[in-house]
Amino acid sequence: MADWQEDLYQVLKEFEVSQVSYVPDAGHRVLIDRSLADPEMHSVPLTTEEEGIAMLGGAHLGGARGVAAMQSSGIGNCVNMFSLVKNGLFPMLVLVSMRGDFGEGNPWQMPMGQAVEPVMQAMGFVTMRIDRPDEVESAMRAACTMVFKSGQAVGVLLTQKLIGAKAF
Amino acid sequence: MLNRRDAVRRLLADRGGMLVVAGLGQPCYDCFAAGDDPCSFYLWGAMGGAVPMGLGLALAQPERRVLVVTGDGEALMSAGAFATVGAEAPENLAIYILDNERYGETGGQVTHTARGADLAAMTAAAGIPRAQTVHTEAGLVDALDALRSGAGPLVVVLKVAPESQPGALPPQDGPHLKRRFRRAALGVEDK
Repeated sequence: MADWQEDLYQVLKEFEVSQVSYVPDAGHRVLIDRSLADPEMHSVPLTTEEEGIAMLGGAHLGGARGVAAMQSSGIGNCVNMFSLVKNGLFPMLVLVSMRGDFGEGNPWQMPMGQAVEPVMQAMGFVTMRIDRPDEVESAMRAACTMVFKSGQAVGVLLTQKLIGAKAF
Repeated sequence: MLNRRDAVRRLLADRGGMLVVAGLGQPCYDCFAAGDDPCSFYLWGAMGGAVPMGLGLALAQPERRVLVVTGDGEALMSAGAFATVGAEAPENLAIYILDNERYGETGGQVTHTARGADLAAMTAAAGIPRAQTVHTEAGLVDALDALRSGAGPLVVVLKVAPESQPGALPPQDGPHLKRRFRRAALGVEDK
């Protein structure tokens, strides 16, 4: 499992991402550990996910590139803050580790998990799902290009096919 | 009681290279009335975003002074962000909360600061020890110096009169505000 997470981090480095904001999830373990240990990164744990959206808006005003990492439930917390992204046309890269999806064993995760793509799309994001480890590097490169070269808002969904469903 | 317009005008009169993020509603109008500047970013929405936006900007530009100007209602909505700021502790970030104990844009309904909540105590307890509440002119003079150049992160909660102010509406065009900010602050010309 760790290999694709290493690939993901290397692509972020390649695109000169220097701010990582996150509410932890198992699917982001390597990103969190690597960024905390990386002197070139500001790795910022949040109290709630929408802080990270506003924070990366500020990073862009200051000329820095960032990524927001969260679990699917966190997307629900971000919806109104996406107004900043959509109205200001801010570049925005959001990595979503999915729950409430393929093989979910906790019904409380299902409502927000199933709402992630429609909610993000309604707020102007392009969404892409990654199901297989060998897709991670190319998909991340595509997402970073769309965000940092074309100024788009992109949600990358790391699905439970990729991460594995949590066992209960 | 202290007048919010006057208190913001005096702070921004000699702003130098200060980068400003203004929270929605009256704080935006106060900053605009003090003199529009491309290095002011006005939030017309995204309530709760001013403090974390200031944090991201402060981390990206550690050599520049970053000032967040916001209100008590907006600050209360992102109370957790003070813990994030406290944990990251950017020395260049100052937060100026104009506390009229009201939601000014929606009819003047009282906020929790009128009912016992103490934003300076909350922010201090969240990990920003340099947090103070200012009620007087003498306190304001010292607070303005701290906001301009004191070691951050710091929070000044200024108790201001709730009376309405003359209209002063900044631009609403988000991409325009973003581009002019980056042009002025970074010398970047976005495509």
